[in-house]
Amino acid sequence: MRKVIIGNHALSYGAMLSRAQVIAAYPITPQTEVIELLSEMCANGELDAKFIKVESEHSAMTACVGASATGVRTFTATSAQGLALMHEVLHWAVGARTPVVMGNINRAMAPPWTIWTEQTDSLSQRDTGWMQIYCQNNQEVLDSVIQAYKVAEQVKLPAMVILAAFVLSHTSETVEMPEQEKVDEFLPPYELEYKIDPDDPHAFGGLTGPDGYFELRYIIQKAIEDAIPKWEEVGEEFGKLFGRSYGLVETYKIEDAKELIISSATVASTARSAIDYLREKGKKVGLLRIRVFRPFPAEKVKSLLSAIDKAIVIDRNISFGASGIFYQEVKAACYNEKNKPPIFGVITGLGGRDVGKKDIIDIYEYVMKQDKVESDIIWKGVRV
Amino acid sequence: MKLSIPEEEIMGHGHLACQGCGAALAMRYALKAFGRNTVMTFPACCWSVIDGPFPHSAVNVPLFHTCFEAAASTASGIKAGFDAQGKDVNVVAWAGDGGTYDIGIQALSGAAERNDDIIYVCYDNEAYMNTGVQRSGSTPYLSWTTTTPVKHPKQRPKKDIVSIMAAHRIPYLATASVAFPEDMITKFKKAKDIKGTRFLLVFSPCPPGWRANPENTIKLAKLAVLTRVFPLIEVENGRVWKLTKKVRTVKPVSEYLKLQGRFRHLSEDDVAVIQENTNKDWEILMDKVGEKD
Ligand SMILES: Cc1ncc(C[n+]2csc(CCOP(=O)(O)OP(=O)(O)O)c2C)c(N)n1
Ligand SMILES: [Mg+2]
Repeated sequence: MRKVIIGNHALSYGAMLSRAQVIAAYPITPQTEVIELLSEMCANGELDAKFIKVESEHSAMTACVGASATGVRTFTATSAQGLALMHEVLHWAVGARTPVVMGNINRAMAPPWTIWTEQTDSLSQRDTGWMQIYCQNNQEVLDSVIQAYKVAEQVKLPAMVILAAFVLSHTSETVEMPEQEKVDEFLPPYELEYKIDPDDPHAFGGLTGPDGYFELRYIIQKAIEDAIPKWEEVGEEFGKLFGRSYGLVETYKIEDAKELIISSATVASTARSAIDYLREKGKKVGLLRIRVFRPFPAEKVKSLLSAIDKAIVIDRNISFGASGIFYQEVKAACYNEKNKPPIFGVITGLGGRDVGKKDIIDIYEYVMKQDKVESDIIWKGVRV
Repeated sequence: MKLSIPEEEIMGHGHLACQGCGAALAMRYALKAFGRNTVMTFPACCWSVIDGPFPHSAVNVPLFHTCFEAAASTASGIKAGFDAQGKDVNVVAWAGDGGTYDIGIQALSGAAERNDDIIYVCYDNEAYMNTGVQRSGSTPYLSWTTTTPVKHPKQRPKKDIVSIMAAHRIPYLATASVAFPEDMITKFKKAKDIKGTRFLLVFSPCPPGWRANPENTIKLAKLAVLTRVFPLIEVENGRVWKLTKKVRTVKPVSEYLKLQGRFRHLSEDDVAVIQENTNKDWEILMDKVGEKD
């Protein structure tokens, strides 16, 4: 069945089809429709979940972590300020190994108050241990929620499904709705090995000294590394059942490519039409869309970049004092490689400034004129 | 003979509390009342250390440690998790005064306003003890702490958390004291059988933090009640206030204050002001209780 839905509702349907059992959430523009629809689903019995209408995002995440530790599937959604408020608890979810799944609508951070899209909110959480999936359309948002539960529950780490404010959150697109029966087959009920259980009392998260803590961090790193093949396997299995396959990255017209445009989310999908245009003009340019940002698909990036002459990373985010964040990651992945191209970093579209096909063509043409990387940031579209 | 205090000891040996710790006693009694079908969550507080280092745990019921400001919301989540699985479990948030009066008050207020089906226990030792005796919203007027030195002791009264919680119209709230275990256990058992948010405030002396002799823990807890510094009450639905311990011969607050180093710097005038404040607060309480004494 097909439905025309906004990106926010794609998150809600994803949670519903995954049979989330406890939801705790707090409203923030541009996320509100996610939880409004979930409230309705819970109220009319479509979804058999306990919805805790908490008084803050901090409480939303702590409630999800607590519920998850009892062995139920949990869901929340937020954006920007709400995500930042959760920060301490994001670390808690990882340390407690609770596979919470959360939607995050990428919105720029205040001040000044703003509600438009930028990725700095979620990327500021990159070192927490949350898996991060950047989506390019509403179908991918819905499908990624279902896959996120599957991977998260296998590696016992939480996952964030991320979409751009308004560009997806409030844009209606046709979405193929997976059938519940098939989703149930793909995603069986959640079984937690160690959980809060009065019949088997244990303490979770008690004081641990230098003797034990180090190993726990090592184990978390191993778990998130395990998630790298899992995202591929789960994306493929999803494809077999539903006809839409997913992986860590997506490539477009790379076979004979001499240059690669690297980006994420909706900027990457806009880049596809820029590439079509440039290909028509005889340019040998392809696209690498990074879908899963944590765990970082370093091997994929390295091997794809080993065969090209120039790479251009387009970031809709910034790490002040350094550069674009995807740019840093791509550059870092390639540093020790023998064959690596010069990597150019472009920052554009901050605070929701439009990034169109023409902008990406301009970026490409500008970079083609450069022999070497002069600076870690090429600013595109800033009026100074 | 029928014992009013359950004999079974759920709390185990080997906890890490200091000598004379009121909070350790509070836990021992609380577990007797709640029984084994109980799950606890602790925010950062002395009890996150007292319970023992990983993998040891003294409480012998499942315990989920959580961040400092999130005892109530974590408990709400745990309760929802059990509800979703059709399991009936007592979910208890167990927090210090800092985690209750101050940093955790938002999550607590949220849970209480929703009337989430949890028991929230605050063991009140009137300062941030775990981090070395800093003032909290519960620290009494003129008390010394490491952030309210004797040259500038605390200038504000202890926050009236009982009225704050009563204003949420929760089904049940009570104050208790480790010096009155029967009263405490009766209230905790009663709380256990009520649905909705239940708030229990346990007066728990801290000898190192109060600069008091560890052997005086019970004496201090008793004197706090006998001087009316810490009345033992119950409030149902935020409206029906009851005094559960009537004090026949009221003692002067000086008897309570003089056993504690945190009040050693007080002048006679200071003590007189504290006495006066205590009398006024008692009158306000009596208005709510609807009794004249
Ligand atoms: C967000 C945050 N801020 C500060 C701390 C440090 N901290 C841990 S326990 C504590 C004081 C706890 O006081 P209280 O709640 O009264 O419990 P007690 O230690 O007295 O038992 C503080 C400030 C923390 N863990 N988390
Ligand atoms: Mg305290």
